Amino acid sequence: MAAADPSPPIQVRKAKPQDLAVVVALDAAVTGVKKPDYWRDRLRQFAGRDPERLFLVAEAEGQVVGFILGEIRAWEFGSPPSGWIFAINVAKGARLDGVGTRLFEAICAHFTAAGVDRVRTMIAKDDPLVMRFFRSQGMVAGPFIELEKVLP
Amino acid sequence: MKLQTATRLALYAVMALSREPERQFSTAELAERFDVSEHHLAKVLRTLGRAELVEAVRGAGGGFRFSANPKRVTLLEVIALFEDITSPPGPKEPGVRTHEGKALGAVLAEIDDVARATLGSITLATLHRSATRR
Repeated sequence: MAAADPSPPIQVRKAKPQDLAVVVALDAAVTGVKKPDYWRDRLRQFAGRDPERLFLVAEAEGQVVGFILGEIRAWEFGSPPSGWIFAINVAKGARLDGVGTRLFEAICAHFTAAGVDRVRTMIAKDDPLVMRFFRSQGMVAGPFIELEKVLP
Repeated sequence: MKLQTATRLALYAVMALSREPERQFSTAELAERFDVSEHHLAKVLRTLGRAELVEAVRGAGGGFRFSANPKRVTLLEVIALFEDITSPPGPKEPGVRTHEGKALGAVLAEIDDVARATLGSITLATLHRSATRR
């Protein structure tokens, strides 16, 4: 019996302006909305030289198959500086190949090198896929609870 | 949160079996490990079997083994086979239609919502990894 095709090697690198189209497409595949202006701004703000902001993409066989964004937020809610992840996305056809894990590990390595000792994120309760992913990476409930109020 | 005994046994059983999926466990072995009667555990295993989470292996050395994907099965799925931890009080329960009942009900529903999301986000594979990390 022939062995299953191994997953292609994954490379993680900093995002470039040329990645805009694929980032927009990956996001739209999940949200159903194309937001080129939003992602152009995010690329400009997070893929530049600011050492506390990071926009990484994962490539498999030369194709961008996922991305992750994060930054170091200082003293938010009175907490010492910590890494924050606020977007992660992996192309449907590349899921379960370790792409998300590679992106997560890469951004965590960056946070660690920058001197922070924990990483945080916020997830919609009705998004079990993303919550299961972050749980599988060892993330657990932290000391904060998000609250909100509908304004009149 | 307090889970019923059958629910906790089911969680223990799927955790034990999914940790060593190639192994078969006899009901007696599991009952001894969790300090419960074989009869009680057998009922739990039958329910897990109907849900196709475990399968019975017949013959000498038979027993039960895990038959699902530990990366897919969440704690909520297992719990839901035995109890509904997030059911709101029925409309006939005393006081639920009062101002006090509604106020308390809203808080309890909020807690249920978080509990459901948390239990639905933790797979057996994640649980095994978290135990290894500690």
